[in-house]
Amino acid sequence: MTIIELIKQPWPWYVAGPIIGLMVPALLIFGNKTFGISSSLRHVCAACLPAKIPFFQYDWKKEIWNLFFVFGIFLGGIITAFYLKTDTDVVVDPKLVEVLSGYGIADFSGLVPADLFSWSSLSTPRGFILMVIGGFLVGFGTRYAGGCTSGHAIMGLSNLQLPSLIATISFMAGGFIMANLILPFILSL
Amino acid sequence: MTKNKKDTNTDFEVRSLDTIGKNQDNTSLSTWHNLRYLVFGIAFGIVLIKSEVVSWFRIQEMFRLQSFHMFGVIGSAVAVGAVSVFLIKKFKIKSIQGEEIILPQKTFNKGQIYGGLIFGFGWAMTGACPGPLFAQLGYGAMATSVTILMAIAGTWVYGLLREKLPA
Repeated sequence: MTIIELIKQPWPWYVAGPIIGLMVPALLIFGNKTFGISSSLRHVCAACLPAKIPFFQYDWKKEIWNLFFVFGIFLGGIITAFYLKTDTDVVVDPKLVEVLSGYGIADFSGLVPADLFSWSSLSTPRGFILMVIGGFLVGFGTRYAGGCTSGHAIMGLSNLQLPSLIATISFMAGGFIMANLILPFILSL
Repeated sequence: MTKNKKDTNTDFEVRSLDTIGKNQDNTSLSTWHNLRYLVFGIAFGIVLIKSEVVSWFRIQEMFRLQSFHMFGVIGSAVAVGAVSVFLIKKFKIKSIQGEEIILPQKTFNKGQIYGGLIFGFGWAMTGACPGPLFAQLGYGAMATSVTILMAIAGTWVYGLLREKLPA
């Protein structure tokens, strides 16, 4: 197996996690920046539609590094799609496959289920709720919490910040409640 | 005297709530300098996809406790990040610009709970936090652009309602 073939395989957690963790010192040492992603959404608001809202009155150009970082993530996605894609499907836990099959989800080949996240499903109730309302909650919630998985769970916990631990526990609690208690209703719509 | 929050310098105030924006260096406005963040972003995007962290299915498995994968990724990322921060503090490592590295202290507010729960809902629904959204779009999930636009809209509405929300 050549190195490139090895890279094309799905990466185990003990490879991916440490590389993600290294983003923290890399950003600190190469530019004195703290790892965080959700703020980029705020910079987009400040740049495109500040609308005299105090929260968006700041010099977003000073934070432009964050937009470069996010654009890099987007490019990383493109590069992976063109050069590092595997032919194999995402391996999904059989119990989850069984549950999701019960909701008419049959396509397990993509990163996101095509039965839920596609242009055509946007006009279905569950597709609309998951994409439109779900996306809204991600943007609203991360800013209200002052950070997302990167800013709080990784950067904040790495710096032993109690508020970040509280935020991370809340993220997880919200996710458990949604995935186990609410999502089954949404999927059955 | 109660200060009218709207008249205060929210830029400064907000920065104490958010992690970013505190660390400024004077070179940060040049494109050449910023290209390094593009490179880090590309690396981060590739890792996110190859480790399937951006997969909706992986996120469902995590919240249903059906797989260790996501816990392993986040846990080992925090471990490496924490050791790095410890070493940076212990040896007072400077940035390559020769600046002292600033690690912002966060203060507690209720937003971390309310906002955290709201984000948790969205995370389990979309199967993505903000970073993976951009990676998904790059990887070809074009419909994710709707989710990203709505996340920007959510951020905007938060900004609009900010003074009225419990914090």
